[in-house]
Amino acid sequence: MTTATAQVGTARHGAVRYGSIARGQKRALYWSYFFLILFVIFFLMPPVYMFITSLKTSAEIGAVTNPWWVYHPTLQNYIDLLSQAQFLTFFKNSALVAVSVVSVTMVVSILAAFSLARMKFWGSGMLATGVFLTYLIPESLLFIPLFKIFAFIHDLTGIELINHWWVLIFLYPTLTVPFCTWIMIGYFASIPKELDEAALIDGAGYLQILTRVFIPVALPGIIAATIFCFTVSWANFLYPLAFTTSADQLVLPVGIVTTLIKGDVYNWGQIMTGALLGAAPPLIIYAFLMDYYIAGLTAGATKG
Amino acid sequence: MAEVALRNIVKTFDRTPAVAGIDLDISDREFVVLVGPSGCGKTTTLRMIAGLEEATSGEIYIGDQLVNDVPPKDRDIAMVFQNYALYPHMTVYENMSFGLRLKKFPKPEIKERVENAARILDITDLLGRRPKQLSGGQRQRVAMGRAIVRNPKVFLFDEPLSNLDAKLRVQMRTEIKKVHQKVTTTTVYVTHDQIEAMTLADRVVVMNGGKIEQIGTPNDVYHHPKTRFVAGFIGSPAMNFIPCRLVDGNGTAGLSVKLSDKLSFPVPEARVARYRPQAGRDLLFGLRPEDVIEKRGELPPGRATFEAQLDVVEPMGMETMVYFVVDGTEVCGRVNPAAAGKAGETMPLVADLNHMHLIDPKTDQVL
Repeated sequence: MTTATAQVGTARHGAVRYGSIARGQKRALYWSYFFLILFVIFFLMPPVYMFITSLKTSAEIGAVTNPWWVYHPTLQNYIDLLSQAQFLTFFKNSALVAVSVVSVTMVVSILAAFSLARMKFWGSGMLATGVFLTYLIPESLLFIPLFKIFAFIHDLTGIELINHWWVLIFLYPTLTVPFCTWIMIGYFASIPKELDEAALIDGAGYLQILTRVFIPVALPGIIAATIFCFTVSWANFLYPLAFTTSADQLVLPVGIVTTLIKGDVYNWGQIMTGALLGAAPPLIIYAFLMDYYIAGLTAGATKG
Repeated sequence: MAEVALRNIVKTFDRTPAVAGIDLDISDREFVVLVGPSGCGKTTTLRMIAGLEEATSGEIYIGDQLVNDVPPKDRDIAMVFQNYALYPHMTVYENMSFGLRLKKFPKPEIKERVENAARILDITDLLGRRPKQLSGGQRQRVAMGRAIVRNPKVFLFDEPLSNLDAKLRVQMRTEIKKVHQKVTTTTVYVTHDQIEAMTLADRVVVMNGGKIEQIGTPNDVYHHPKTRFVAGFIGSPAMNFIPCRLVDGNGTAGLSVKLSDKLSFPVPEARVARYRPQAGRDLLFGLRPEDVIEKRGELPPGRATFEAQLDVVEPMGMETMVYFVVDGTEVCGRVNPAAAGKAGETMPLVADLNHMHLIDPKTDQVL
């Protein structure tokens, strides 16, 4: 009897152990799929709803039917919106602002990050922390002082800064530069010190070390920063709402809301179409840059 | 091609001295190895020659030029780093030609130089690859190639082999020696491995605590160490040190070294005059393991026989290490495997006193 029990015990023990790692992995995989699908549903629902609504007429949107189905699909919203000069102006303003802000930010933050990460000058550590701290101040706290500063500049020089789309090119970097600099400091700091020393001995100056070694090696970080920067400058709502008012000076997020909502009349079809079209450029940029986002580019530089 | 001269070089980091006054003259085409334990200041010295660290005081000359304030790129030196420091985004060809491209050399010349260096290092097939596609040894070759193509006045090597496995290290050591024989550029090589130092160097500079302990040819530092540190650091297994008393036998008996109550060795004739003034003092007796051997027939002059009870016996193949205790100190001998006894047995051994050293324990100087 004792022997039999012992045998059963061993057999069961063996059965549990056999393939348990593979089974554990499988279970973990199922759970990850479950949560991934949950997240995908949660986050895709708004754009899908936007897309569906953009294909409906105002009458169908107002009618009591299944909101997740289009009974009479139409492209009228797209045609109307794209034939409006106003919408194209918003688009142009947004594009100019985003491209300029990305350029300004990347130049400033790459140079700043390089000097903060590599040239150990007096106070560089404190400056690096300072850069990060400025990022922690919310923009909703910044726009009132910024108004004051603009008024001050106006009094001093006579230059009117309020209600011009291009003023956003000066405003957005207050949000993007600190964060991008912080990201880049981290990336640059992870590049082995011997790499710049080797370049230094090979005859490179600091600018050449930056352009020919650091930027290519830290490309994944630079792309991450660029994506962040583009998203912020494309989608920011508060600053353009506060600082621009004329229709020809508006950027897309504010333009859509202010021109397509008239009083309490919401032109839902066009709002959704505008939002969808507005979301397209970041999507395209993500898709394009992701191809170049090659992680682990430093592999092989030093002893792995 | 150039000489390198260091004049009273001092380097302190936050008041902690890393290099405490070094004088060193390296002749043209010479291969000098700086060797010492971690933190002895050897790498700092090399980095000061490279211009990557500024000397706190003293003068560094490359050729006839005082280079203290000359930036690294204008010193005409090339450096090979411990962890290779290859540019990961460039191919081997681009890595090797980077310095030349920065100096705007004509393309055909760059090509010729890179191909020439690649031939010397046998990496012609790898020129199109990126560093991550290379093995450790190949990366090290590329790093050396990057140095060779520049045809600099001085090569600087900073522990270039310490990241490689033991077998590859031996192989690359030979490669480096071969390359130096072909290119004959003045070379300063830093290592903590005394075997690397012995095998590569024209002259070895043994450093300890930020100072130079001894400069000499490999044979010189091995056979005629000037300090206890050098005697103990160079050679593997390390030299045996046994506390002793130098006894003057008065008259005919001559000098003898008393290691314990039971064990005394006569000082060879040739050394008597040198050691006589120290008679009666407590000193440190130093003898390398290869000078403690098995007994073979007639005893030539200067050798003394004794019996030792073996504690540990380590067969190494071509020789066997035997360990025994003399008055509380463990002593290592190197004997013929056929003659080696077993642990616990008593074995007749011979000490070759012609190679003995006596060290003053107060000054750590070899007498």
